[in-house]
Amino acid sequence: MTTSTDRSTYTAVCRLDQIEVEGGVTALVDGAAVAIFRTHDGNVYAMSNYDPCSRASVLARGIVGTRGDVPFVASPMHKQAFDLRTGQCLDDADVRVPTFDVRVDDGIVLVGPPQEHP
Amino acid sequence: MSPQYRKKIVVVGHGMVGHRFVQAAVERGLTETHDIVVVGEEPRPAYDRVVLTSFFEVGAEALSFLPEGEYDDPRVRLVLGTEVEGFDPETRTVLLDGGEVVQYDELVLATGAAPFVPPVPGHDLPGCFVYRTIEDLEAIREAAAGASVGAVIGGGLLGLEAANALRQLGLETHVVEMAPRLMAVQVDDAGGATLARHIESLGLSVHTNAMTSAVVEGADGRAVGLALKEAATIPAEVVVFSAGIRPRDALARAAGLDLAERGGVLVDEQGRSSDPHVWAIGECAAPGGRMYGLVAPGYAMAEVAVDAMLGGPGAFTGADMSTKLKLMGVDVASFGDAFATTPGALELVYSDAVAGVYKKLVISEDGTRLLGGVLVGDASAYGVLRPMVASGIALPDNPEDLILPAGRGAADIGLPDEAQVCSCNDVSKGDIVAAAAAGETTRAGSTCGSCKVQTKKIIEDYYASQGQEVDRSICEHFPLTRQELFDVVAVHGHRSFDQVVEAHGTGRGCDVCKPVIASILASQLNGHVLEGDRRTLQDTNDAYLANIQRNGTYSVVPRIPGGEITPDKLIVIGEVARDFGLYTKITGGQRIDLFGARMEQLPEIWRRLVDAGFESGHAYGKALRTVKSCVGSTWCRYGVQDSVQLAIDLELRYRGLRSPHKLKGGVSGCARECAEARAKDFGVIATEQGWNLYVGGNGGATPAHARLLAGDLDRETLIRYLDRYLMYYIRTADRLQRTAPWIDSLDGGLDRVREVVVDDALGLGSELEAAMARHVDTYFDEWKATIDDPEKLERFVSFVNAPDVPDPHISFRDERGQIAPEDSSGPVSLGTTIPVGAP
Repeated sequence: MTTSTDRSTYTAVCRLDQIEVEGGVTALVDGAAVAIFRTHDGNVYAMSNYDPCSRASVLARGIVGTRGDVPFVASPMHKQAFDLRTGQCLDDADVRVPTFDVRVDDGIVLVGPPQEHP
Repeated sequence: MSPQYRKKIVVVGHGMVGHRFVQAAVERGLTETHDIVVVGEEPRPAYDRVVLTSFFEVGAEALSFLPEGEYDDPRVRLVLGTEVEGFDPETRTVLLDGGEVVQYDELVLATGAAPFVPPVPGHDLPGCFVYRTIEDLEAIREAAAGASVGAVIGGGLLGLEAANALRQLGLETHVVEMAPRLMAVQVDDAGGATLARHIESLGLSVHTNAMTSAVVEGADGRAVGLALKEAATIPAEVVVFSAGIRPRDALARAAGLDLAERGGVLVDEQGRSSDPHVWAIGECAAPGGRMYGLVAPGYAMAEVAVDAMLGGPGAFTGADMSTKLKLMGVDVASFGDAFATTPGALELVYSDAVAGVYKKLVISEDGTRLLGGVLVGDASAYGVLRPMVASGIALPDNPEDLILPAGRGAADIGLPDEAQVCSCNDVSKGDIVAAAAAGETTRAGSTCGSCKVQTKKIIEDYYASQGQEVDRSICEHFPLTRQELFDVVAVHGHRSFDQVVEAHGTGRGCDVCKPVIASILASQLNGHVLEGDRRTLQDTNDAYLANIQRNGTYSVVPRIPGGEITPDKLIVIGEVARDFGLYTKITGGQRIDLFGARMEQLPEIWRRLVDAGFESGHAYGKALRTVKSCVGSTWCRYGVQDSVQLAIDLELRYRGLRSPHKLKGGVSGCARECAEARAKDFGVIATEQGWNLYVGGNGGATPAHARLLAGDLDRETLIRYLDRYLMYYIRTADRLQRTAPWIDSLDGGLDRVREVVVDDALGLGSELEAAMARHVDTYFDEWKATIDDPEKLERFVSFVNAPDVPDPHISFRDERGQIAPEDSSGPVSLGTTIPVGAP
């Protein structure tokens, strides 16, 4: 298997069962570190693994939970929370982490192109 | 301001009452028109004599009311270490012992009282003391160092305090009381007997109905015992007289002022003596002919005198002589008409000889009002009962509920606003509520502390009535404190976060509640922290069993119990560090930290360490870290006990113990304290007889010195107390609350810990010990268990789809011959050409 699937913009990175519920893994996608999370309600999210607050590649190792209805990951470094859906930092309106399209086919997790957020 | 003549007040005596006079004078503006000169004979400024016994534990500075040594107000001059020779009401002058003459407009005598020493033969032998000042305590401590038996003459309130001091100094202690019971002024026969049983159970000998006829002189001219009338002689190398106090009225007597029949400067309701410019307050004064030997009436007199000097109407018309104190861990309280002297008064008694509790209520003939009472062994109801007497509110229908165990006590009795809550500082419930509403504070609870619980409850009730619940929930997902969570997990036997959040919470948790629940599950179940769904609850340090550093790498700390390590093991650590290119540094806890390990290197590093006999040091966990030790008696020429062996034993006993915050211990082999054990959550210091156990110390941003919990323990008792202390902390502390603030947060503070751990007052002892035994029995090394489990190892990869490719964000530079992290300025890309593994 190669780095790309037949849909050339998507990269297969792992099996879904390799990601724990409310856990994260780091994948190498097009040379960049991408954090992929799985939430309790069955959704899968992908965002850059790079935490702009601590300037370290660590977000996949954060704790996943909810703030109100917002699914988020807390940076393991200094606990800033990031909305899993948009990458928006919930503690600092000026900070956002790039997110990526992600889908699950036949139990395989695929990471797609960066998402645009308004 | 027009120039005006400033008047001068001279205060003779700088004890608690003299200090309060100056405080009130400054606060109420008397110093706008008056200069104040305070003359104190002791070498130090006023200090808290109510808690004098704690001097041995906390030192003089902690007791001081003026640690700076002077008042902020420059119009107050404090002259210490100086005696007043006399004063002349005609010329209004005071003569100091250095020859200085000070003019006064108003003279305030606050000379206090002196211990009464009965004129028995031998009363002045070396080895005989009184118990009044810090200097007295220092002298007693010095004498106790070379002695083994001591006796206190007088079984009143102060005498029992003195006896406790002798006991703390390691002496076998006798209490000799003339009356048929202890604390004869405050409690009745049954209460005195209950108190005596408590005190005897602590190893003291109580002799009532005992008259001392002489202090026996030994061959060296020092005291060796007490001869009693009609009883055998008691051995005693240290003798403390505490047989009552006498007002110090000699200056007034020499100046020709009127004195009360039984001593004391006779004063009117405002504190004025027979000379209108001479005042007397506190224990040297006798308003209406009666002297008051407690601090609260003295404070009231000080306030009244200041008021009078300002032209106010204040008057002192008598005082509430209610008393509540804790003697050697035993509550004793007496209030109102404790001896039922009111005609027709009824008594309602609850007594439990097994538990050592005696409570008596004195009730009016018609059964509607509480007149007074006595409480021994459990005085928790005092905060409610005493104000009921003072305010005269109606008794509830079932007054026995007030004293029955687990009675409704504080909760159901609505006090009227005028009810006095703090008798030391005359603060009413209304004052406390008004201060809470204004965001201000009162002095309630700041003197003897007996009303603290009641005050706290009034404030909480006030906030609740304003709809402001004092919210101690840990986060938005659980309306519970950590302690409540700990209890529901234990009661329901929950084994996973899902069970806990579904039963007691909302949402899916967060970075606050998840690690708390992980810690609680670890404390109760002691399974692997990476087992099942518990891994995703852990903070990253626990999740990877290592400490994350600024560039996303980890540091590794193998356990080195007690800081003792063989050369071979030291070499292994060096080799591992060299082979993996790690930065090494010695830690404050006597071990070695290896920095710069990539996550994917951790299993290999640990395989090498485990093979060499190392195990996890839990530096990454809110858990026991280290038990630091000095080299101890094996090598040190000063050591008196083997501190290294004990430190190793304790570290191995408590290793892996998950707790609300990190836990550190220390063991020193002698009083030189080279292990800095008193800077630890638990510190053990060797004595000639055994070990002293200190608790509640830490370094860090808010350093705290550990305080003595119990002294001269044998090894077995020490470990039993430590088991209880640590488990009690783990069960009841808040999240991220270290032991020092935890102890402060308990009602009763360190005394509460002592009740639970030493006295086993809650009967929790065996349960706490069993919980610790379970921990000890089920401990395993979680790093060894991890490297043996392929499923757990799966997590330790840089990339799930490229396990062997290092994260490009991590790079190092060289600093002083070792690696140091290089900050990355933004996301880094390896480019698209790197081959990656299949999913």
